[in-house]
Amino acid sequence: MAVSQMIGARIQRREDPRLITGGGRYIEDLKPVGALTMALVRSPHPHARIRRINADAARALPGVVAVLVASDFKEVLKGSHPVAPAFVAEKLTVPDRYPIAADEVVFQGEPVVVVLAENRKLAVDAAEAVEVDYEPLPAVTDLFKALEPNSPKAHVNLVDNRAWDLTYAGEDTVSEAFARAEVVVKERVVQQRLAPTAMEPRGVVAEYSEYDGQLTLWLGTQNPHFIRLFVAGMLGMAETKVRVISEDVGGGFGSKISPYPEDYLVAAAARLLKRPVRWIETRSESIQATTHGRGQLFDVEIAAMRDGSLLALKVTQYLDTGAYVGTFGAFQACACLLAGGAYKWPGGVAARTVGVLTNRVPTDPYRGAGRPEATHNIERILDKLAHEIGMDPVAIRQKNFIQPDEFPFTNNFGLIYDSGNYQGAMDQAVQLVEYDAFRKRQAQARAEGRYLGIGISSWIEICGFGPSAATVGATGGLALIESAQVRIHPTGSAQVFVGTHAQGQGHETTFAQIAADTLGLPYESIEIRHGDTAEGAAFGYGTYGSRSLAVGGMAVRKTAKQVVAKAHKIAAHLLEAAPDDVVFDQGRFHVKGNPGTAKTMAEVAFASFGASLPEGVDHGLEATSYFDPPNFVWPFGTHICIVEVDPNTGSVNLEKYVAVDDCGEIINPLIVEGQLHGGIAQGIAQALFEEVSYDEETGQLLTGTLQDYLVPTANEIPTPVLGRTITPSPSNELGVKGIGEAGTIASSVAVINAIVDALQPLGITHIDMPASPDRLWQQIRAAQGAQA
Amino acid sequence: MIPAAFAYQRATSVDEAVRLLGQSEDAKVLAGGHSLVPLMRLRLAQPATLVDINALDRELGYIRRDNGTLRIGALARHYQLEESAEIKRSLPLLAEMAAEVGDAQVRSMGTIGGVLAHADPAGDYGTLALMLDATITTNKRSIAARDFFLGLFSTPLAADEMLTEIAFAVAAGPHAYLKFRRRMSDWAIVGVGAQKLDDGSYRVGITNAATTPIRADGVEQALQSGASPAEAAKRAGQRLDPTSDLRGSAEYKTHLAGVLTQRALEAAL
Repeated sequence: MAVSQMIGARIQRREDPRLITGGGRYIEDLKPVGALTMALVRSPHPHARIRRINADAARALPGVVAVLVASDFKEVLKGSHPVAPAFVAEKLTVPDRYPIAADEVVFQGEPVVVVLAENRKLAVDAAEAVEVDYEPLPAVTDLFKALEPNSPKAHVNLVDNRAWDLTYAGEDTVSEAFARAEVVVKERVVQQRLAPTAMEPRGVVAEYSEYDGQLTLWLGTQNPHFIRLFVAGMLGMAETKVRVISEDVGGGFGSKISPYPEDYLVAAAARLLKRPVRWIETRSESIQATTHGRGQLFDVEIAAMRDGSLLALKVTQYLDTGAYVGTFGAFQACACLLAGGAYKWPGGVAARTVGVLTNRVPTDPYRGAGRPEATHNIERILDKLAHEIGMDPVAIRQKNFIQPDEFPFTNNFGLIYDSGNYQGAMDQAVQLVEYDAFRKRQAQARAEGRYLGIGISSWIEICGFGPSAATVGATGGLALIESAQVRIHPTGSAQVFVGTHAQGQGHETTFAQIAADTLGLPYESIEIRHGDTAEGAAFGYGTYGSRSLAVGGMAVRKTAKQVVAKAHKIAAHLLEAAPDDVVFDQGRFHVKGNPGTAKTMAEVAFASFGASLPEGVDHGLEATSYFDPPNFVWPFGTHICIVEVDPNTGSVNLEKYVAVDDCGEIINPLIVEGQLHGGIAQGIAQALFEEVSYDEETGQLLTGTLQDYLVPTANEIPTPVLGRTITPSPSNELGVKGIGEAGTIASSVAVINAIVDALQPLGITHIDMPASPDRLWQQIRAAQGAQA
Repeated sequence: MIPAAFAYQRATSVDEAVRLLGQSEDAKVLAGGHSLVPLMRLRLAQPATLVDINALDRELGYIRRDNGTLRIGALARHYQLEESAEIKRSLPLLAEMAAEVGDAQVRSMGTIGGVLAHADPAGDYGTLALMLDATITTNKRSIAARDFFLGLFSTPLAADEMLTEIAFAVAAGPHAYLKFRRRMSDWAIVGVGAQKLDDGSYRVGITNAATTPIRADGVEQALQSGASPAEAAKRAGQRLDPTSDLRGSAEYKTHLAGVLTQRALEAAL
């Protein structure tokens, strides 16, 4: 193998010059000539019957081309919205979802009327002029009330609000351990609803060409090929007649995986009206109608011995699916399968997931999707247990970690952790944060009446989706493998087409680094192409679940090696040597022992289009292949946070944040660090700031703008101190794992554990998110009252 | 997020602005636009006409001191207040308040006159105006700050009346403004200002804990009678009437006013 030059190199992202100088191309930048703008009339009610729609006034406004309701789409939109089996194949209730409500609205923000006008202002004015007469119906908003037999239903025709109720392992698996446990601790953990808040809201532009019957759809998405599949299906068109193009995408965080009603409506309107149609989501629409993240509630119970030995765990997940089951919403049930975290459970793990339909916008994966929840549960309950038995939180983790020599480790649900050194990462984090010195400082501060705390989060995750054997069941037949096509042009520049699609991950850089080293071509001569279903490989599965490097990057690697193998034959022919006598080193083919006479890859590429090729070798230098990983990959690490809580105001000062993460081998350290910075910020945001709130009486969204939905800024987030360990993955040749979600998976509970630790002198043992100043102050006051 | 239609006019003098304001049924002055435009984008405000006064920068953008009075034109922007050497010398509390308004973009556009005329109880300058008995001048008259804040977004300004100047008595003694918020660029959940005057007395004001800014005269009197900051701060809640919202319960905000009052007084000793 060639000596690596680009793999591992800390280079700046090649995407950045265009992105930071305003040169990116987003959906808002696309303005096809003659395009109509779509505006939507959305339901103001969480649940209501539509009595009557009067659009006469809207139709009469200047510049209004069409006002369409559900029945107008019946001819073009024939299917319904897909729902993947994800981790819950057997679902009990999956309401049919049509892109636009006909008789009943089931969440605030559901599309009711489509308005198409000559420009955006006219469209919005016309949408305001549409009169819809609603009969409000009782809304389902509380998960536990929703499960009561006499509860109103999220849709009038439902028998039960239970979308699913699946027990992975029953209580009987842990009853023996709970019976012999010396200590049992339980907690209810709330995962509030979050708005994904990508910097670029959603947007769709569609153009239908009568010339060739081709529909082109531009949208910001994490997986263009999936969207093509769904849109073609819904429109009853062949996939060859639908082209999805996604250029720069201003963030996704999971919210741009699934197809949306607007994707179908814009496409259908373009077909119906034979004019290009564009729709750009406003920020308020985004908070209202883009899928939300989290929205879960867990009951967690742990059984242990007084010496800190863990025995068994029980977890029940209640997941607010919203009014329809999110396309990949059930994926978050993986919180159950990863409930045990980085620890061994000789007495078993019991887990049950319940999906509950409510009158809210659907939930779907959001950065981490199930894994932050799993981490929050186990790391929270572990701290509570440590406190209960008077053990140091570092010590209890150390005592129960899966050990480096126990990998591959099969967890209680049969998932195989590929590699790890959990203790190693925690040791480094403890050292970086100066744990012992902090404990001394904390004792001193407590004596002065100050509240300092430290919180640990030792996380693991499953990512790199995924091995075909394990994923076909989760997607309804599609194995989440990944594809790449590598093509070297006669002059030695190469294009690499991939099926993943970046929304900030820097694939154009990372994948080029892999291709450059593998092909032995200069990094600058490699171009990564993605986001256009009309280019390159037949299918790709998109970017989410920290899969792109471990699966897509490996597809690049595998395909590039196939190209090298072909080049090898041609080079041997050119060198007039037997292929076995030729070596490939640093981009040059030469006969063993004679490096002076060599052919570069560029020379071989040129020759591959020439007249003299070896017997049985076709022209050109290109290959397409698919990578099916043998296993998932399992990154891990330890984050430690130090806070000071002001007991008089309830405000939290994040004093220090240390993160030691292990994502196996690293292609580009700068990008890994960037992912961690962003991910950590997002977890801190959940811990302290963000929550989608609705008025309990009226069901109205209260956090409809970024003035009320508190996305923190750089001012509120400390710069984390990053450490690193490297434990290569045995699941792929590059030894890589994923890092896109790690920061978010780890950080929320590190912050919450630190706050609880700070407030331990007051007897506080748990805090819900977001730990807002008011909430903390109320809790501190109640605790002080109880102590007095 | 798309405003309703409106007419737009640009005034080149105060007289012209006032005339334009008088010509339309529902006209609004556009200064920095950082309160008005967001409301228009949400269609919570739908003025028929905007009278843009940004061309009056020279006429209304001044900051000057006349003896013991600091005069500030209505169109002086936050960043000017923040950076002005005169304000740092004559009323440093105002410079500090200005430095904490919104973010750099807001501070480069938003104006002191806009904050006062909008009469949002979260506007910091109203608190200072009350604390220091400022005088607010319009094209028609002068109004004492205590008579200016009538209620939520409500002032005595007539439809054809435009705020032109605010005048503060110089105060350069110990002072503090504590603005409690969850994000750096947010409005105050509650803010408390304290200014020590040359005669040793204190002025105390509270932001965003009632429908208007509040002068904490109970606190001032307690201090006058020799109370400690902690004791005096207990009277901070006297005239408050905060609303419970996403930022905090009324109870919390009232408590916060007390905590911040004590801290502001201790900082301004």
